[in-house]
Amino acid sequence: MIKVVDVVKRYGAVKVVDGVSLTIPKGKITSLIGPNGAGKSTLLSIISRLLARDSGSVYIDGKELAQWGSKDLSRKISILRQSNHIDLKLTIRELVSFGRFPYCQGNLSEEDWGIVDRALEYLQLTEIQDKYLHQLSGGQRQRAYLAMVIAQDTDYVFLDEPLNNLDMQHAVEIMQILRSLVRELGKTVVLVIHDINIASCYSDYIVALQDGQVVGEGCGEEIMEESLLKKIYKLDFCVGQINNQRVCVYYN
Amino acid sequence: MSDRRKLAILLLIGLSLVILYVVVGLDVAILSYALPRRISKVLAILLTGAAIGFSTTVFQTVTTNRILTPSIMGLDSLYLLNQTLVLFFFGSTSIFLVNSQLNFMLTVVTMVLFSGILFRFLLAGEKREIYLLLLVGVIAGTLFQSLSSFLQMVLDPNEFLVVQNSMYASFNNVKSNLLPLSSALVVGFTLYAVRYVNVLDVLALGREQAVNLGVDYEKVVMRLLMVVAVLVASVTALVGPITFLGILVVNLAREMLRSFKHRYLLLASSLLGMIALVGGQFLVERVLHLASPVSVMINFVGGLYFIFLLLRGNYA
Repeated sequence: MIKVVDVVKRYGAVKVVDGVSLTIPKGKITSLIGPNGAGKSTLLSIISRLLARDSGSVYIDGKELAQWGSKDLSRKISILRQSNHIDLKLTIRELVSFGRFPYCQGNLSEEDWGIVDRALEYLQLTEIQDKYLHQLSGGQRQRAYLAMVIAQDTDYVFLDEPLNNLDMQHAVEIMQILRSLVRELGKTVVLVIHDINIASCYSDYIVALQDGQVVGEGCGEEIMEESLLKKIYKLDFCVGQINNQRVCVYYN
Repeated sequence: MSDRRKLAILLLIGLSLVILYVVVGLDVAILSYALPRRISKVLAILLTGAAIGFSTTVFQTVTTNRILTPSIMGLDSLYLLNQTLVLFFFGSTSIFLVNSQLNFMLTVVTMVLFSGILFRFLLAGEKREIYLLLLVGVIAGTLFQSLSSFLQMVLDPNEFLVVQNSMYASFNNVKSNLLPLSSALVVGFTLYAVRYVNVLDVLALGREQAVNLGVDYEKVVMRLLMVVAVLVASVTALVGPITFLGILVVNLAREMLRSFKHRYLLLASSLLGMIALVGGQFLVERVLHLASPVSVMINFVGGLYFIFLLLRGNYA
């Protein structure tokens, strides 16, 4: 379980994250939604210790972030950000093998390679594992990074806009993988996401942010509610039920 | 061809160049004078080449940038300013210039201190902008350079000759009494950095991935940068500034090897650095008959390669 208590982050005079407190349930997919500038990515970066906070606490399995050693923490949580452009001659397999670094410091054992192989297989990358990263399409690259995170084998997986620049087919594919991570491997996934229909259909828990504050949290049905969405996004929403799932239309 | 094989070939080329350099034109009549002189010279060259290759690789990885070298950060100009200042205030007969060991220590300490302050810029603040470091380094470098030129203008012409000698790297008058000290510094700090060879692979992925994979980023980066500073300061104080050698050999090493692993990259760039310098010095001494210092040649070739890298645009 992750507990966030009264976290504040300022950039100059602006409070990007303004006293956020929330509890992220274990073994579930949690989505952070909200308009641009709501502080979603900043909050995710703070929880995953990429960014320092000005005040407040983050507890991961009951232990404050600052109390965790960097190596232990990297076996507990993993984070994937949206910008993953690197200019390196790396193959998919080599990239995925980095996921084992927290355990073996770069000297992979048979067992580590076995885990790398399974991660590749899990994301159906085995056939193209020797391709270089720069030869890949956006969807393949996203899957390669996900495979690395899976090889890292952490209880908590944080993803910052994992569907960015992906078409519908690949977006759904990624979301199905995330769901199976939770259902089959018992992981906890937290993601920042813009498409609220996907958030509604795939997440167990949704946290809505606005101006650095939590304005709503709950299951899909509680968040997918016309007045709340209108308040957050300043648009007229029409929420309906299709295939037993709440979806909305907001274009007019 | 496998990377191991390539490294073996580099090693062979290096060794043969060293033997060539020591043996060709050796006057047997004055063997007991000429041989130790040549050996200490070739040792200084090897030390410099290896240190520059090694430190530039580490620096580029830590900054995830392929066109930077530690010397661009104003270190070369600081070295010059240092020499000019000493000359200006104490004169060419002062103990700081006459006692080469003292001069060496003074130069190394100043340069390491300056780098320490400069690298704080890289690590301080949220964004850790590499451009800020670059900008501050370049501005400081220009300031140092202008200050040196100004002081050199008002210097006595005879004194100016002394400082002119230190403006270009040269192995023709390596002070052999500095070799033990500089080798100890370079070898010691290099061995320390070798412990981080796997961590460097991770650092090449950028800060966020490194943090994600459990690297204690700020601490490790600061340590590695200080190793870079010590290496660069030591060899610059030993032979003078060689700005472009680093870019040249590190990029060649990256082009040559298939692997991204630093255990290979570091070796290859160190070997290439040694080959470039020994080969260059061999040409300068035996073919050009000392018509130009080796650093002028290296900077010429390196500068051309630098422009090529910029034109190709693949340097992020």
